[in-house]
Amino acid sequence: MLELSILFPALLNGLTMGAVYALIALGLTLIYGVLHIINFAHGAALMMALYGVYYLKDSAGIDPYLALPVVIPVMFAAGYALQRGVIGRASHGKDENILLVTLGISIVLENLALFLFRSDTRTIDTPYTLSTLDIAGAMISLPKVVAFGGALVTAAVLLLIVYGTDLGRAIRACAKERQGAKLVGIDVDHVFAMSFGIGLACLGAAACFLLPAYYVNPTVGNGFVLIAFTVVVLGGMGSFSGALLGGFIIGIVESVGGLWLGESLGQIGIFLIFIAVLLFRPQGLFGAKA
Amino acid sequence: MRSLAAIGVFALLIALVPAMVDSGYLLNAIIMTLYAALLGQAWNILGGFGGLFSFGHAVFFGTGAYAMAVLQVNFGWNAWVALPAAMVLGGAVGGFIGALSFRYGLRGSYFALVTLAFAEVFRVLANTFQFTGAGVGLMVPLKESALNMQFGKTGFLYLILSFLIAAQLVAWWIRHSRFGAWLQAVRDNEESASALGVDVFRVKMLAIVMAGMLMACGGAFYVQYLHYIDPHLAFGASVSVQALMAAIVGGIGSVWGPLVGAAALQLLGELTRNLMGDAPGINLIVYGVVLVLMVNFMPRGIVGLATRWKR
Repeated sequence: MLELSILFPALLNGLTMGAVYALIALGLTLIYGVLHIINFAHGAALMMALYGVYYLKDSAGIDPYLALPVVIPVMFAAGYALQRGVIGRASHGKDENILLVTLGISIVLENLALFLFRSDTRTIDTPYTLSTLDIAGAMISLPKVVAFGGALVTAAVLLLIVYGTDLGRAIRACAKERQGAKLVGIDVDHVFAMSFGIGLACLGAAACFLLPAYYVNPTVGNGFVLIAFTVVVLGGMGSFSGALLGGFIIGIVESVGGLWLGESLGQIGIFLIFIAVLLFRPQGLFGAKA
Repeated sequence: MRSLAAIGVFALLIALVPAMVDSGYLLNAIIMTLYAALLGQAWNILGGFGGLFSFGHAVFFGTGAYAMAVLQVNFGWNAWVALPAAMVLGGAVGGFIGALSFRYGLRGSYFALVTLAFAEVFRVLANTFQFTGAGVGLMVPLKESALNMQFGKTGFLYLILSFLIAAQLVAWWIRHSRFGAWLQAVRDNEESASALGVDVFRVKMLAIVMAGMLMACGGAFYVQYLHYIDPHLAFGASVSVQALMAAIVGGIGSVWGPLVGAAALQLLGELTRNLMGDAPGINLIVYGVVLVLMVNFMPRGIVGLATRWKR
């Protein structure tokens, strides 16, 4: 049996990583819940946001946390334009097409990054990169603690938008009943694009919180994309509270699984959960019946 | 029958290529085109005729490739004996994934995601176990002889041609058989097909097993031709994308679509290389853009466009 002194820090680490997973998954689940599409380009978009944060720090010297007000609106605008200009148009409203279009976008983004930035793995250096915080005897790196808090705050803002504003009301209306929303005068295409934009804005926030303790290369998104899908599926497609809880569960599974099985095999736990949930409980822990 | 004759004519034409073409570069380009067409057909049988879009066909490809390499390197099997074993294993993996997914009625994006996840699981496993060479991969020693299924360019051309012809015949059979009619009925409307007495589960299972076997065949060819396999080459996303691209660009659900798509993509690849050089990523950027444009403007692919003109 593992010592508590090893298990406890692993749990805390899992929680902090889980918060970032939850943030990424919140964007994905919002897009799924409203548009009923699976955004395959989610990981690639996160990768682009990470590069954005990296270059803001590297060439303009802007701290990743101060980059939040820049990265979030840019990602939002990119998402809005992508849905309105490319995905909505090219898919003709068919699910398989959306799957293929977002796959195409992810291929383009990933290789554009490879072409522009080369395949080198890059990290940034901040004064607090190596700082740690002592939590009940466990040393947790400071950026991870900030990421944890930041992810929770962003999630709260997202919930506030979805449940407390007119836009949120329109988003929920479109999610429930497209035709009905159209009939009462909601500009559905606009709401779809807004949702997609907000979904990518979550990635912008995630990138700012992630990079100080992480790295970026052109394929970094791939690792996140299946994890984010797992979180979304586990929590129930379109469920926000499910995505939050799912994120924490997956973060802990990854971190504790890594302790037992080692770095590379530890990942398998996530994929097996993913397959098992898809097969046996596709509606997830909180989702409505699929 | 005319379409069957077309397959014969095509086989004959390609068989004559070595007599006319001397350039190793060109021969290699033709081999790679036929190979991509084989992968595309393996995707098309499930995705095109069956409407089950897989994003993880690499799982079958890698199974075939690793079976071929492991059986030869670790167990000293002859390549000609290893090939059917690799295909059977590919089919078995197909059967396993199919049995799980179809039993629980996974469709659409859910099916795509599950295949992708299986490919990832296999990639991590291949990366971990010693008998697959872990992250280093496996090297099949070069011993050129027909007995070892290792040829010169001409021999490999005939090998991949015979694989592709087999795949074309399977596609032709699906197009013209009762089973194919069932499969397409399931694709178009599963509930009605089931109401009319089609055994939906069995039809889908047969389709995924055939797709798995053909894709494993492609993996086996890859190992014989390039003598090397590693977890990323075998189970990475690029093989899955390559298979799906050929089918979608050419036209899904048609017998000739994957071949047409593979040829078009090969030409496009050569063109990009000539125009923009060999910078990393360029080729795939073009692929991604083509994928989006195809879905937007030609959802039935090149073949679909051609048949529309004929009418």
